[in-house]
Parts: sequence; structure tokens; C-alpha cells
Amino acid sequence: MELIYAVLVQPFVDMYLDPLIFIETVIKGLMAGVLYSLVALGFVLIFKASGVFNFAQGVMALFAALTLTGIMEYMPDGLPKWLTVIVALGATVVIMILLAVIIERVVLRPLVNQELIILFMATLGLSYVLEGAGDLMWGSDVKVLDIGLPTDIWDIGGVYVEQLDVTAAIAAGSLVAVLAIFFTKTRIGRALRAVADDHQAALSVGISLQQIWVIVWSVAGIVALVAGIMWGSKSGVQFSLSLIALKALPVLILGGFTSIPGAIIGGLIIGLGEKVVEVFWYSVHGGAVENWFAFMLALAFLMFRPQGLFGDKIIERV
Amino acid sequence: MLYRETGQFKRNYAADQQLFPIFQDKILLAAILVVALAIIPFVINDYWSKAILLPFMVYALVALGLNILVGYCGQISLGTGGFMAVGAYSSYKLCTAFPELNLIFVILFSGGCTAAVGVLFGLPSLRIKGFYLAVATLAAQFFLIWMFNKVPWFYNYEMSQITAPPREVFGFLVSGPQAEPAAQYLFVLGFIIVFTWIALNLVRGRVGRSWMSIRDMDIAAELLGIRPLQTKLLAFAVSSFYIGMGGAIIFHIWLGTVEATEAFDILQSFFVLFAIIIGGLGSVLGSFLGAAFMALMPVGLKVVLVDWIGMVPVTAKHIEFMLVGSLIIFFLIKEPHGLARMWQIAKEKLRLWPFPY
Repeated sequence: MELIYAVLVQPFVDMYLDPLIFIETVIKGLMAGVLYSLVALGFVLIFKASGVFNFAQGVMALFAALTLTGIMEYMPDGLPKWLTVIVALGATVVIMILLAVIIERVVLRPLVNQELIILFMATLGLSYVLEGAGDLMWGSDVKVLDIGLPTDIWDIGGVYVEQLDVTAAIAAGSLVAVLAIFFTKTRIGRALRAVADDHQAALSVGISLQQIWVIVWSVAGIVALVAGIMWGSKSGVQFSLSLIALKALPVLILGGFTSIPGAIIGGLIIGLGEKVVEVFWYSVHGGAVENWFAFMLALAFLMFRPQGLFGDKIIERV
Repeated sequence: MLYRETGQFKRNYAADQQLFPIFQDKILLAAILVVALAIIPFVINDYWSKAILLPFMVYALVALGLNILVGYCGQISLGTGGFMAVGAYSSYKLCTAFPELNLIFVILFSGGCTAAVGVLFGLPSLRIKGFYLAVATLAAQFFLIWMFNKVPWFYNYEMSQITAPPREVFGFLVSGPQAEPAAQYLFVLGFIIVFTWIALNLVRGRVGRSWMSIRDMDIAAELLGIRPLQTKLLAFAVSSFYIGMGGAIIFHIWLGTVEATEAFDILQSFFVLFAIIIGGLGSVLGSFLGAAFMALMPVGLKVVLVDWIGMVPVTAKHIEFMLVGSLIIFFLIKEPHGLARMWQIAKEKLRLWPFPY
């Protein structure tokens, strides 16, 4: 009886009695969700264009953030801050594009036409390589990433909102807008969609698969960089970044593997859900549910709607 | 000349169905068993036992379990670490609740508990497959580890770190800090031999064949009259049984004290998955080769990089990460069937040797 009360009644009473905390939790959850969405976005891009389930996306975010901080450390001191940041960002983008080229040459090209599960495992190996390489080049201690994003806290009628979270939300929003325009209006974007639709047909109208893959992985690398910057500014650049990124997987399941809006909405749902459950159902579970809540939610969701909220229906034929 | 089946005739059904039909294979197996049973126990010391032999044998058992699920039945699982934790914690509970119970039965029962948990988390596999299933098993990984850390009943309301109590088997102390390396080694070896033999027979019989047909094409298998529900859940059960025993042995024999968040984290799941990819998916021998590779490579690298070249251990660790990752990619590109396939190719070559044709 007590348990039922603690699960079904008490949390809602708390929410009603202390609406400020509730609103704050919701906002925090949504902001965390934005960060999950950013990582999930990279997954979706690659999955759409090549059908590869890129497990290394999280590590790519870590690698990008590590590279960025590493380069910023090695820049001469006398330069103004904005110049350092811009040069370092540019250099990191170049490195991520180079990485995409290398991945396509070394990993994807020899594995063309293999089963998808083999490609998935290859990206698992890739994530180990990237992690080792990132740590080897820049050291494995926790780094502070400061590229001059606002870190103050706004007080809106008793509700505290971190400016960094708002920046992340704006960054995610504009990223999605840019990607949407890129996908629908440009020549390359149309080619990308063609490849996503049907490899053979795309090849037959003269679209180079290899070129498209390089572009997609570069774009995913840049999305990873944005995600890495946001996570890194929030909690420092460290190994756990790649584990947090694992949470993008349930986000994908919720949103559907092929849908960009799905990635965003799935991320928001998961971020919101885990924060609210963590805070208001604390007496039931005793904390740290953030580790598995997203996965369990996804698991429950899979039972009823395996294709996700916005995904394409899975049709099986013999 | 050395290795060929020419002239080895099978005169009855028993001879036709034996596990190792080729005479040279039998000699090799016998030689390995003699070395493992009669020589190593006398020369083993603490370093060899704790750093090399026990990790290899334990991971071989776990890899064998995962290989049944991933390699034979085609269901991807990233929850190995969580299932190992189930084995370890259920053996701890059994061991402290029934102090008189023989450790052999403790380990078998904890395998049984893990099998039940495995079936529970295998249920989604009926509706989903591939990456989706991988994510579902990740839920098992994170949830189970969290549970063992948060629910005090599992660690008897003491510290969240659990310690193996000393236990004797046939009068020899095998568990606890005072245990003899040789006794521990033989204890684990017994499990390995028995359960390898069981696995070899399982995968070549009706059960194994139905697993493989589900792996190759589940709809076609269903049309042939194989029930996906029972077959997949059986694969989850058997696989978790092996993994749970492995977890119990890790806890009792190898490590002695474990903490769920450290000993059985997600990296363990990847570690075992890598072992079977490198060793060979869908091969019993491959599980052993892969486990040997993954357990011995860090030791070898440490000797070479840290002791000989004088590198900082942390740097050596990073290089190990990179090496493991690149090897995975290399194997997937060049030899998707892993080390086991290489051994097979070597045997084919041996048939012709020393003549080229």
C-alpha cells in the first residue's frame, strides 16, 4: 500500500505543491534531452545515407571535443580569445573531415555489401580506435572546455535556467534547420536522399556512393563536434562522454532510426522523463535511475511500436 | 602428409558420429589435455594462475556462452556484463545462505539463476532483432548493474563490494585468499572441459541446427517448423547459463572481491563480444582462441611496452585500445570468421603439405 502510494500519488502531490521545482526539472530535462538529440542526430544522418548503425558516434563527439581542447591548449597565448576559438574550431572541422575520408577508405570501402551487423561491429571497433587515439594524442585527464559560451544562470521568477542549456537548444535548433535546408534545397542534399532511398538506383543515375559517404560522415563529424562542445562545456571533456552518448540509442528507438524530427523529439522525451522520474520518484528507487531509465523506456516502447514514433514501417518479406 | 583423413575408415555408426573423427585431432587433443591436467598443475604459481590462466579460462567459458547466442543463434547481445553480474551475485547469495552447499552446485545454480534472467531479457528478441535487440540488451546491462548496487539484499546489507567466503571442494580450498593456485586451476578446468563437451554436442545436434537456421533466416526456419519462440529463448537460456557460471567463477575463484559497477561494466560486454569476433563467430574453438587472444594480449603488450620499452602504463593502455579496435576492423575485413577459420585454413594446407598439389 505504501509502495502504491509512493508510486502513484506522492510524486503528483509533490509536483502540485512545489510547481517551481517541477518547472525547473522539466526545463532541465528538456535541455538534457537537447544534448541527447544532438548525438542522436549524427546517428540518424549516417543511418539514413548508408544504412550503417554508427556506434562510434558518441566517441566521435568525445574525439572532436578532445581535439578542440587539445588544439586550443597548443595555440600561442598572446592571441585574442575569439581568434583562438575560431582557428581551433576550423582545425577541428578539418580533422573531422579528414577522419571521414579515412573511415570511408579504410573501413567502409572494403566492407561494402557486407551484412549490416558486420558494419555495426566494425563501428564498434572504430569507437575503440578513436578513443585510444584521442586519449593518446591529448591525454586522458578531464579537460575544461571553454570557448566563451555564456555560463551564467538566469533567474526567471524563481526558476533557474542555465544560459549554457539555452545556447545548446539554440545550437541544436539551428543545426536542424541548416540540415533541413541542406537536405532539401542543395544538389548534394538531394543526392544524399537518393542514396538513402535506394543505393542501386542512386548509382544508376550517376551518384558516387563513396563521395556521398564521405560527405555524410563529415557532416556527422561536425554534428558530433557540436554535441561534444555542448557536453564538454557542461561537464568537462572526459571518457564518460562516450558512455553518455550511448543514451542516444534509446533516443533513436523512440524516434525511429530514419527520422530527424524523431531524433529531436525522442531526445526531449527521454531527457524529460529521466529527470522527472529521478527527482519525483526518488523515494521509490533511491537514485541513479538515469543510467537505465532511457533503455527501459525504449525496451517498453519496442514491444508496442518497433519502428519508433516517426520511423518507416518494418516490412519483412521472404 | 602429417594431417589427413586418408585411410581412416569408419566401420560403425558410433565411429561416424564421434566428435573428433580424425586420428591426428585426437592426438592433439590428448596432448593438450595431458599438458593441462598433468603438467600445468605442478608448475603453476600465483602469477600465472591469476594473471594468465584463470582470465583465459573464465573468458573462454563466457565467450562460449555468448558465442552460442551471437554466433549460433544470431541474436546480438551487449548485456554480457550484466549477466555475469547476475551469476556472481546469485552465487554470493547462495553461498552465504547455504554455507554447507558444495561450490560446484553453487556455481551450477547461479548459472541457472542467470539463465532465468537471460530468458526474461530475451523475450523482446521475439519482436525485434539486430540493432534494436542490441539496445534492448543494453537495458539489461545498465539495469542489472544498478540493481546490484542499489538493493542491499543482494550484498547482505553490508558494503556494496562482495567478498567470496573460503570454500573447500573435495578437501581442497578453492575459494578465498588462501586458496592454492593449482586447486583453483583444476576446479575451473573441470568446468571448462565438461561444458565445452556439452557445447560441442549441443551445437551439432538438433538444437544447434535449429539455432543456426534461425540465425540464417528466421522466416524460412519458421516455415520449416522450427518455433522461433522456444528456439530463441533456449539460446538465451543456455548462453546466460554459461555466462552466469563464468561470472560466478570470476567472483569466487579469480577476483575474490567484486563490485558490480567496476567488475561487470559495459566494457566487459564489449570485451567478450570482441573475443568472439576475433576468435570466430559460430565456432566453439573460436571462443577459446578469441578469449586467449583478448586475455593474453594486454599481458603481452604490458610486458613489451612497459617492461621492455619503458612506456608509461597509461599510454600502453591507450595503445592497447587502438590495437584492439584496429584488429576488430582488420578481422571483419580480411577474415570475418576469425582465428578459428585461420586454423581451418592451416589444416587444409597441412593436408597437402609438403607437396604443392
